[in-house]
Parts: sequence; C-alpha cells; structure tokens
Amino acid sequence: MTRMQRLRESRFWPMLWKEFIQMRRDRLTLVMVTVVPAVQLLLFGYAIQTDVRHQPMVVLDESRTVESRALTAAITNTGTFDYAGEVHSRREIQLAIRTGQARAALVIPPDYERLIKRGETARAQMIVDAADPSSSQAAMSGAQLAAASRAQAIIAERGRIRLPLEMTVRPWYNPAGRSAVFIVPGIVGVLLTVTMTIITSGAIVRERERGTLEQLIVTPIGKTSLMLGKLVPFVLVGYLQMTVVLVLAWAIFDVPLVGSIPLLYALASTFIAASLGVGLLVSTIARNQAQAMQMSFFFMLPNILLSGYMFPREAMPDVARWVGLVLPLTYFLKVLRGILLKGSGLAELWREVSALAIMATVLVSVSVRRFHKTIE
Amino acid sequence: MTGPSPAPQAAVETVGLRKTFGSLVAVDRLDLSIPRGQVFGLLGPNGSGKTTTIRMLCGLMQPTDGTARVVGLDVHTDAELIRTRIGYMSQRYGLYDDLTVGENLRFYATVYGLHGAERTQRLTEHLEELGFTERMGQMAGTLSGGWKQRLALACATAHRPEMLFLDEPTAGVDPAARRTFWQIIYRLAERGTTILVTTHYMDEAERCQRLAFLSRGHLIALGTPTEVTQQFGQANIEDVFIELQRRDEGVRA
Repeated sequence: MTRMQRLRESRFWPMLWKEFIQMRRDRLTLVMVTVVPAVQLLLFGYAIQTDVRHQPMVVLDESRTVESRALTAAITNTGTFDYAGEVHSRREIQLAIRTGQARAALVIPPDYERLIKRGETARAQMIVDAADPSSSQAAMSGAQLAAASRAQAIIAERGRIRLPLEMTVRPWYNPAGRSAVFIVPGIVGVLLTVTMTIITSGAIVRERERGTLEQLIVTPIGKTSLMLGKLVPFVLVGYLQMTVVLVLAWAIFDVPLVGSIPLLYALASTFIAASLGVGLLVSTIARNQAQAMQMSFFFMLPNILLSGYMFPREAMPDVARWVGLVLPLTYFLKVLRGILLKGSGLAELWREVSALAIMATVLVSVSVRRFHKTIE
Repeated sequence: MTGPSPAPQAAVETVGLRKTFGSLVAVDRLDLSIPRGQVFGLLGPNGSGKTTTIRMLCGLMQPTDGTARVVGLDVHTDAELIRTRIGYMSQRYGLYDDLTVGENLRFYATVYGLHGAERTQRLTEHLEELGFTERMGQMAGTLSGGWKQRLALACATAHRPEMLFLDEPTAGVDPAARRTFWQIIYRLAERGTTILVTTHYMDEAERCQRLAFLSRGHLIALGTPTEVTQQFGQANIEDVFIELQRRDEGVRA
C-alpha cells in the first residue's frame, strides 16, 4: 500500500476536512489566536519601552565641581535616570545596586573639571545594572545621549573643537547587553507556546465532553489519523499567529529581520509540532476542558521563567537550567534570536532544530500511544 | 451453559461476559445470543449493566473476562474489523453541533469508508428517506431533539451496517418522533439489519422481537415479550419492570 492509500484507509482526510470546517466556524478561537497575541505583544512591547525611564541613579562625584554637578544635572534632566543620592566609594555603589536601591551609578573622577578646563577629554563612567535585560540597553544609550548633549553644551560654552567629555558605560551582571530588541522575538515564542498548548489541549477533551469522541471511537478511524487530523489545522494557526506577531514586531518595535525569513518559517515547524505535541499529551491526560486549561497554564510558567525568555539561562542554578533543557521554547528562542537578530543559518542552529524535531516526534508518538480507542 | 447452542450465524454471541470497575461488578457472566435480523431489546433499571454491555460489544470497553463475538468476529482480537460492520448510536447522539446536517452525515459516511459517487448516492438516498433534504444546510446544534435523533441514526447507518447498537436512543424525545424513529428501525430490520436496543419505555420494549432483562449485571429473563411477562407472572412488561426494580431495591436495602 502506498502512503496515500494508508492515509485514506485510516480516515485521515475526513478528520482534517471536519476540523477545518469547525475551525472556520469557531470565530472566537480564531480571534483568540490572532488578535490576542497582537494585543499582548503591544502591551509587552510598550511596557518594555516605558520601563527604562526614571531609573534610580546614585552618584559618586569625586570631582565635586561646577562641571561635575552640571553633568549630573544633564543626565537626570533626560528623565531616564533619577537622582537617588550620593555615595562615597565603589563599594557603596555595589551595595546600592545589589540591594536594588539604585539601578545605575554615575562615577565622576577627581580630574574631571581640570581636564575639561585644559581642553582635554574628561572621562566619566556610568554603571548600569543590566540584570534586567529589558531595560539595560535603553538605559545605556540614555546615558550616552545625556553625555553627548552635555558635551555639546560644553563646546557651546567654551568653544573647544576637541571632544570634551567621554562617557563609558559599564553594564553589570549582564555584559551581553540584552535589549528590547532581544526580548520581542522571545515574545513570539512565548505566545506561540501558550496558545498552541491551550488550543490543542482542549481539542480532544472537547470531543470527549460533547460525546462525539465516543462516536468516533466506534468508527473505523485510526487513532493516528484522529490525532493528526486534529493537529494539522493548528499548524496553520501557529503560522498565522507567528506572522501576525512578527509583522507587528518588525513594524512597531523595529525588531530587525536580519536572517532568512523562509528559513525561520521552515524551522518553526519543528517548534510548532513540539508545542502541539505538548497540548496533545495534556489532552490525553485531562478529563475535561477546565483541567486541560489548568495543565496548560502550569506548563506555561516554567516556559516563561526558565527558557531564557525573561532571565538569562547562564545565570541560573543548575537545576533550573536542566528543567529549561526539556522545554521546546528554550531551543526555539535560540532559533528565533539567531535568525532574526544575528542572521544565523542552519549551520549554527542544527542542534536546536534537531532537539525540537526529536521532542515533537516523542511527544506526538507518546500521545498517540497513550490514547486508547476506548472510553475507560 | 444454559439454553440451546447458539446458531452459527448469530449476530451477537457472548459467553461468560464480565466487566468490573474496581470492586463493582457491572456485568456478570452474561451469556447472550442474538440471531441475525432480530430487533432485540435490552432492558433493566438504571445501573443494571445495559450500557456497559453495549459498550463492550462495540469495542468501547474491554471486557474483564469472557468472550464476545459480534457479526462473527471476536471483540478482543477483531475490534477494528467489527467497527466497519456495525453502527452505534448513544444517548448523547455524537453529532457535531457546529457542522450542518449534510456535513455531519458526510463526515461519518467518509469515516466509514464511503467516497466518490457511491457516497453521494448513498447520502442523497439517506437524506430523502429520513426527510432531511430541506435541512441539509442547517446546523446540527439548532435541530430539535427528534431531528437530532434521526440525524444521529442516519450517521450511524450511512455505511449500511449489519448490526446496529442503540443505547437509549429515544430518551427525551416526544412521542411522535419516537413513533417515526421506530418506523425507521423496523425498515432497517426488514432489510436484515440486526438491532440491539436499550430502552426505558415499555411500549418500545413490547415492539422488540426478543427481550433480555438485566438486573445488577445479571441476565434474569430472556424471551419474547409474552414469555417474559408470563415468566414473572405479570400482566405486562411495565409490571415486570417495576417488580424487578422493587426486588433490586429490596436487595440493596
């Protein structure tokens, strides 16, 4: 028998046909999978952008001059940083940032004013707490901007040609400098995980609740066809959702699309399949839709916390890192960021893609095996 | 074993069929033989094991013990093959509310392996016969109880099964619809379809050619409606039923 004949024999096509009709009629779900992610992206995205204002900043002013105070004022005037007090040593800076009293520290060396007056380049340093990747990048560029505008003001006052002020920025705790641009591709992954898992987990459970599963079981439909027929339409939903979110990320948040979009779409299939596999597995365990929903939410939390979406995995304790290794999102985030931000290709990403493909295969086959054509 | 040895062509044939859920015995050592082409009624109070019996015969549940053959095939080993040759209609109908009448029918027909011209012809005949032609495009969810029931029957019989299992098919349906339904049942039986039906309605029980009474998982009476009423010394099936229920409750108390 050819593969097509086997599919026909096991009644895959009528299942697929039925699912598509039902999906087309289920307007609410369609809205849920397209509009809701779009709204969430906007909310997340803007929250990230506004987050970087009013960072508390302590000042270690070793110069204590008119010029040094002018620099402090210039930086606080931008609104990115708020003056949060004076400190007297590097140790105090460390303490302030560790305790969260400050998110940034301005260090002005003793020779600051002298150098400016002599017409040489004075140096100041801004230390930024970069542990929260969503704000550090903007904070750093905010500091640079403030310094540049102060430099312009000095030039205007003193008429020097030489650059009077150089601001170096040192990110602490997260030297890689993750930015909002880094976060938004992650949102694509998180939203896909959430909706894919929730809508698939409900799929088989809904048939069980409505009594149609009982009816399907007494027909000759094969259980693989039954489950695949349910999954395939959701793959398209996944792509639709990904497109909506990517277009918004690109248009509104200026997320660069450096790499190959066709490659991203091709590789995303493994992640979508793995997420659907999770949903399918949930649906073979849950007895009703409420349980399926709860389980899906339970699955969401580690995805958001441990996948590297919110916190850098490098900084996590071992156990948290190991848990992250079994989450499809962990791998997909690397694929997303790799392709979108760095222009990576299959040569760099094959490990992640293989991991996703293995996960998808295991999850779907375990679900099919777990599903029995009985109602006990 | 009691009774005469069953005909080789029996549509249903169970020996020592048993089903337990933990410590609860739902069906206990059931020996049943249903000849082909018969309208056979399975009666008994709630919880007597009717639905469990039907579910085992349809392959929805695995028997704990004993053997069962349906249309000559073993439910343990040939469940998938049996499925192509039987139809099943449950109390819950198993219709997709968000599909139209035509789509529901087409879906089940295709799942049962019909396609192409044969499917089109069969569906057209079927819809005409059941009076559905004008309701083709109506959503199944908006049908009244009687029409839903008729559609469920149509879906369960689109592939012309040899054997039809009906689990309380007329629960919650008005008398006129019930009458129409039974007319269809008889028409199917005339064509040679074996029908196993469970019911709570005594007028329906009396329409069956043979009856089996179940009580707490045991088969306690078997025969034509007349034989069964005589066996219990009652005037009609309804009195038999009430007597049985009384005994059941007596045992429990």
